[in-house]
Amino acid sequence: MTTNAPPAAALKVLPPQASADALPAAPRDLAPLLLVPALILLMLPLVGSFPTWVTLTIAGLAMGMMIFIMASGLTLVFGLMDVLNFGHGAFVAVGAYAATMVLIPMRGWLEVDSLLVNLGVLGLAIALAMLSTALLGWAFERIIIAPVYGQHLKQILITMGGMIVAEQLINVVWGAEQIALPLPASLRGAILIGDAAVEKYRLVAVVIGLLVFAGMFLVLNRTKIGLLIRAGVENREMVEAMGYRIRRLFVAVFAAGSALAGLGGVLWGLYKETLSAAMGGDIMVMIFIVIIIGGLGSVGGCFIGALLMALVANYAGFLAPKFALVSNIVLMIAILLWRPAGMYSKSR
Amino acid sequence: MSDPILQLSGVHTHIGEYHILQGVDLIVPRGGLSVLLGRNGAGKTTTLRTIMGLWKASAGTVRFDGREIAALPTPDIAQGGIAYVPESMAVFSDLTVRENLYLAARSGALDQQRVEWIFGFFPALKKFWHYPAGNLSGGQKQMVAIARAIVEPRKLLLIDEPTKGLAPAIIQSLIAAFRELKETQTTILLVEQNFNFVKNLGDTVSVMDDGRIVHAGSMRELVEDEALQQRLLGLSLASHQ
Repeated sequence: MTTNAPPAAALKVLPPQASADALPAAPRDLAPLLLVPALILLMLPLVGSFPTWVTLTIAGLAMGMMIFIMASGLTLVFGLMDVLNFGHGAFVAVGAYAATMVLIPMRGWLEVDSLLVNLGVLGLAIALAMLSTALLGWAFERIIIAPVYGQHLKQILITMGGMIVAEQLINVVWGAEQIALPLPASLRGAILIGDAAVEKYRLVAVVIGLLVFAGMFLVLNRTKIGLLIRAGVENREMVEAMGYRIRRLFVAVFAAGSALAGLGGVLWGLYKETLSAAMGGDIMVMIFIVIIIGGLGSVGGCFIGALLMALVANYAGFLAPKFALVSNIVLMIAILLWRPAGMYSKSR
Repeated sequence: MSDPILQLSGVHTHIGEYHILQGVDLIVPRGGLSVLLGRNGAGKTTTLRTIMGLWKASAGTVRFDGREIAALPTPDIAQGGIAYVPESMAVFSDLTVRENLYLAARSGALDQQRVEWIFGFFPALKKFWHYPAGNLSGGQKQMVAIARAIVEPRKLLLIDEPTKGLAPAIIQSLIAAFRELKETQTTILLVEQNFNFVKNLGDTVSVMDDGRIVHAGSMRELVEDEALQQRLLGLSLASHQ
């Protein structure tokens, strides 16, 4: 059946195929992208010592990558679902604690001085953490979020309540004491890059952060699911009017965002080398600052925001320790004075 | 009239405390272009949104292609073969023109022959194929919105005031596009206030006022019958003559 086929006459007079070079490339907003390299270069003369500058920069990038991993899920959830999830930190904590179910029983394997074995165990712990937090995220969305879609005040209250419950459940399951989480043997210590000492684990965090960002970038830009997520962030109603069940996409994105928070929790826990049930709540302030300055809903903005915040905190800690206490807030004020809706907001 | 593709019977729609549609009876015959005219606030957009399930009818029936759809969720209604072009156009500004059309192609891939056919009456889309849709002009965005609706064959197109705020040259290209579309077997329900735009395009016309259909008949009858126009002028068409 040829229902709705274009008429043959119309096809005969068609122009040749569209070419990508019909016009110069579309203009891109590069200013926020330049902030990170500009900041890094600007700090070199201020820090004075090249090795110290390298160490501070790698430390800042590693911290930024971990914050990005934890925050990226939240910014997508807000952008796509318009949900203010103040309980996102629960997934960070649960992810870290779930990883202990692999890391503690397999402690002996972590002491083996083999990078491959250590990374294998770590990979298993990360897989368990992401699976656990994805399932928790799915349940959280079904039970806690679903009844309050479109009601921001109730979302704030109920998700904060959800986080308190999650923290108490962690205490019930894993105990109220802090848990030590030592790094795998081959990731301890530092390597020398010239005269600069760079902790091995921070390099691993940078690599994992870059892989997560690249993965998210590819999914969001090169797959239909990714395009649907981006379109849904912009106009959910139109995505539905085009025949897509955005509710299912919501749940999948929520679970994926929770899994990323779980991954971030494992990395953060190993970075701090201790776990407490309150660790998720403690880091929520930083996560919120990052997604606000990045532009709510923007993964790219979240990435740049996380790197900026961590770098500023590290440089400030070295150059002006007292200023480091307020550096996050000062950075947020500066960014919002420049771009009130964040660096890459939907409204821009 | 036999086998209409769309039939609304006694449809009421409330938005909050407001009673917008107050018993709409609308028949859209299969094939051709039907026009829904009416002044601002008459209920035209609400009618389209009710058909799409974006606002739920509080009473009445909406039958599409022999199936009751009033209670269905919007994605199911769209998958049944209805494409919707809202008044706001709702192009995804962060996505390129190609990506906008690619998403609209639910089968998973763009039919290049059909894309070329669309380029025939919307050549600007070819030029801006890899451009973010948000960078386009209002008229070009309207072309993207309509192209998205026709990138795959659909049984019914719902198009809401496509000429609103557009330059005359763009309106001419829309007229050419609708003439092309009329050659296909797609049925079009076009909401308009611009009578001059639709008087030579429409096959049938319904006129709305205060949430009800106050006139339904052939477009030719309305165009040729000045008395009928006069009777409706006060309601809907006075500002468009």
